[in-house]
Amino acid sequence: MPTTTAAPDQKQASLSPDELQRYSRHLTLPEFGREGQEKLKNSSVLLVGAGGLGSPAATYLAAAGVGRIGLVDFDTVEASNLQRQILYGTSDVDRPKLDAASERLEDLNPHVEVERHEVRLTSENALDIIDEYDVVADGTDNFPTRYLVNDACVMTGTPNVYASIFRFEGQVSVFATEDGPCYRCLYEEPPPPGLVPSCAEGGVLGILPGFIGTLQATEVIKLLADIGEPLVGRLLMADALHMDFRTVNVPTNPDCPVCGDDPSVTELIDYEAFCGIPQDDEASTNGTANTDVSESDYAVPEVSVHDLKQRRDAGDAPFVLDVRESYEAEIASLGADQLIPVDELEDRLEELEASPDDEIVVHCRSGARSAKATEFLREKGYNASNLAGGVLAWSDEIDPDVPQY
Amino acid sequence: MPTTDTTTVTVRIPTPLRSATDGQSTVDVEADTVDAALRTLVDRYPDLADNLYDEDDELRQFVNIYVDDEDVRFGDGVDTALESGNEISIVPSIAGG
Repeated sequence: MPTTTAAPDQKQASLSPDELQRYSRHLTLPEFGREGQEKLKNSSVLLVGAGGLGSPAATYLAAAGVGRIGLVDFDTVEASNLQRQILYGTSDVDRPKLDAASERLEDLNPHVEVERHEVRLTSENALDIIDEYDVVADGTDNFPTRYLVNDACVMTGTPNVYASIFRFEGQVSVFATEDGPCYRCLYEEPPPPGLVPSCAEGGVLGILPGFIGTLQATEVIKLLADIGEPLVGRLLMADALHMDFRTVNVPTNPDCPVCGDDPSVTELIDYEAFCGIPQDDEASTNGTANTDVSESDYAVPEVSVHDLKQRRDAGDAPFVLDVRESYEAEIASLGADQLIPVDELEDRLEELEASPDDEIVVHCRSGARSAKATEFLREKGYNASNLAGGVLAWSDEIDPDVPQY
Repeated sequence: MPTTDTTTVTVRIPTPLRSATDGQSTVDVEADTVDAALRTLVDRYPDLADNLYDEDDELRQFVNIYVDDEDVRFGDGVDTALESGNEISIVPSIAGG
């Protein structure tokens, strides 16, 4: 099985007495031994995303002694990260993630070189960054970056250890090896924005990225040390609720637009546009722009949280419709007049307690789902506006007692 | 080939779609082909339709269908014939990290 290790012309560093002691359980491990450990020391990995998956992956890869670990992330630590992103502690909230991560990893293993890429990975910089590493571990949280990372890995010949999570389920595979399939062989096209909820909207069991990210790191170690059977041509699917692990086969697609026999994509493209996201969408969370639908996807009238507050204070409150799930309203409420989840709005429109003449302000957590709902209501003839920024903006600008989640 | 007229297969429902199947993680259906199995499933749980089929009533690109371990796109697609005991998996792409 072809794998990537440090280029032969690079100086091969050997293990110091400190390292021999530190890695003794590896050295005594049959089929790994000193040779495997030296391969790790002379190799490198780029983790795209230092979040739920990146936290355990980076921790174990540093502990294991991978010589050079690059991290791509430009986020700061938020309290809602701590339920799963175990690289960070409570005292790290509001710090840049890479500050906290590099401190932790360098303390864990000073023999490891941690390289910080505090940038958004883009079509302009991805090839240069990825080309510096032997293996990539894709732990981002959005579709545009996943396709960007895949294509850049294919173009640079860098194996891509892929992992992704949603709610209680995870997927792991190894893409873009010399003979194996790539992510586009598995999923040629992304879902349209808004159809698949993000982890912020859909929730995620905190421990899920803990073991999916660890599986991902396991594949990285195997590739770098050149041991075992990597997950090439197979997709591992894990279901935490049923504790069910299965693999299905992922054939190489000869018609793949990137790695096929006659590729149509030979340079990096505009991945936001590919994923149906407008150019001016806001940057977000871990690695690049996110795929949450933003207000800009829907040309609908907006009301600011200040407008709503003033109208309420003046006794001139519009009808407020919450289109989140009911469990979200239990976490944080803006005192809406009615709650109908966005996905049920079409079927339950007759239940709407406002008439087409009433002014309706629609809200959700961030303003994304409510924009979609506002557009729908306007199509149906309702006088609806979107509350810009949703619960998060209300909490930031009006009432900090409303929890952010 | 089975000697009876009915072919019963199990369809595995992924987490994101379970809200459409009353929380069921597996659903047994009687069908001879993948297409028939999925149509039967959608008849029983109409909320699945939007997730599985696009405006042209074609299976969505980002939803992969496996019969046992094999992706039907690389075989006979939705016309893939089924035998009793086959397991169909619906595997949508996810991107969380």
